[in-house]
Amino acid sequence: MVENRPILTFLTHAILIVGVLFLCFPVWMALVASTHGPGALSQSPIPLWFGDQAWENYSQLLAGGLPEAGGVPIGMMMFNSLIMALVITFGKIVISILSAYAIVYFRFPFRMGFFWMIFITLMLPVEVRILPTFDVVVKMGLLNTYAGLTIPLIASATATFLFRQFFLTIPDELVEAARIDRAGPIRFFKDILLPLSRTNIAALFIILFIYGWNQYLWPLLITTDESLYTVVMGIQRMVNSGEALPVWHYIMGTAVLAMIPPVLVVVLMQKLFVKGLVESEK
Amino acid sequence: MQKRVVFRSRLLPYLLVLPQIAITVAFFFWPSYQALESSFFIEDAFGFSREWVWLENYYELFRDPGYLKSFRTTLVFGFSVAFLAMAISLILAVAANRVIKAATGYRTLLIWPYAVAPALAGVIWYFLMNPSLGIVAYWLKGIGVEWNHYVNGDQALLLVVVAAAWKQVSYNFLFFLAGLQSIPKSLIEAAAIDRAGPMRRFWSITFPLLTPTTFFLLVVNLVYAFFDTFALIHATTEGGPADATSILVFRVYNTGFIGQDYGSSAAQSVILMGMVILMTFIQFRYVERKVQY
Repeated sequence: MVENRPILTFLTHAILIVGVLFLCFPVWMALVASTHGPGALSQSPIPLWFGDQAWENYSQLLAGGLPEAGGVPIGMMMFNSLIMALVITFGKIVISILSAYAIVYFRFPFRMGFFWMIFITLMLPVEVRILPTFDVVVKMGLLNTYAGLTIPLIASATATFLFRQFFLTIPDELVEAARIDRAGPIRFFKDILLPLSRTNIAALFIILFIYGWNQYLWPLLITTDESLYTVVMGIQRMVNSGEALPVWHYIMGTAVLAMIPPVLVVVLMQKLFVKGLVESEK
Repeated sequence: MQKRVVFRSRLLPYLLVLPQIAITVAFFFWPSYQALESSFFIEDAFGFSREWVWLENYYELFRDPGYLKSFRTTLVFGFSVAFLAMAISLILAVAANRVIKAATGYRTLLIWPYAVAPALAGVIWYFLMNPSLGIVAYWLKGIGVEWNHYVNGDQALLLVVVAAAWKQVSYNFLFFLAGLQSIPKSLIEAAAIDRAGPMRRFWSITFPLLTPTTFFLLVVNLVYAFFDTFALIHATTEGGPADATSILVFRVYNTGFIGQDYGSSAAQSVILMGMVILMTFIQFRYVERKVQY
């Protein structure tokens, strides 16, 4: 602090507290709403404090599911989300660390061509070219499979770049030493490069896990089979359930359940998360 | 760009890039080519025949007042989200940067919304603002504002702007905080010695020095608002009422999957891809030679 101004310090805290309230309030309301029965949520204003239906609501959601959303238990949707997020995350990390290794540590024809091919995909989200991509998956017969759900989302320029930047900072002497000891490229990768990349992999894991878990449009199109529904896209079926009024206490319960895993990951691994976020955008 | 010391192997590097390239070609280049190709055709409703029509699909789009309106909506939506999310997070970051001791605690409380899926953010705000039982709508009624995003297009747009910005604040906050912490303390101290007050110091030193971060975030926020908010809109207003929240990326989906107009949807995809590539390019130009004073 440059100088001591008590009023300014007070104002600073006030601003931060208002900010925290603004960010927390919606989720607070979602939590509160998920603990009430349908009665409390049928007249305005709705209660601001918890009700006594938490156990009933959540056990119904996790095990029984909702007739409005096709009767799939949320527990199962969360399991699907978990599989999808983990496959996308592992897939992305594996293929991008391999391609970054090839691009940095080898000299071969078309090296820069490959580099640019990956580079150009950097910011292009699947939503933009959704129809033709969907067609390709249909032609490959991957509808309603975990493969169709995950593989198209695995290509990742961001992760490749992060690894490339990191590899470029590793001193050349390590390669020289490895070669003097007659270690080949695979040995070098396995025994030196991978252990050095551990922190980067962990940081990337968090970012990619959140990305994978939060996928929405892709699972919405690829899964017509209810046993493959993921939780983030499943909630849409409850909100826009046609003629019937939305059942808010269940919807909010689902929203809370759907955000718990990624939020926990961010909060528990905050340091790695910040590192991953800030570095993967450079 | 590359190492001085490299390994020699004829086959291995190709094997290493193969998985990445294969997936990129199958699910990126091939579909993009398909989009480009079918944007020059008009297909009949049953997919039996198609006709080469040059740029007809594109002309058609730009003659369509609905599409032009979507363009406007997208710009209004994108810049509102970017401005709102960046303004809030800059204020919070400046505040957090002042209270060194408590900064970590506040940081934890401020960053978690990053993990909330845009669809969920949308659904929760949709609930808060629900005209009949939403608590925010109830408070608004208390101060004399009739809130009903089911009929009022502007209010529906405002709803999705607030939800989208709410989710993006934590991301911007982290980058602004990192940017603020990299500004040398000596500059601020020198200004303080010259009797510049906190406001003056912010506008003449901190803010200009933050330009690279601000510019980077502007592009990222616009990309987020233009493309990643599809889920938010689809899960809540579904583009309505009367197309008031139908941004371009939502329209691509709607024309293709609901309207079954393949050619037009492909043409829209191509336009959007052009926009993204342009923004990526701007982003990288900036990374090469930072905006600075």
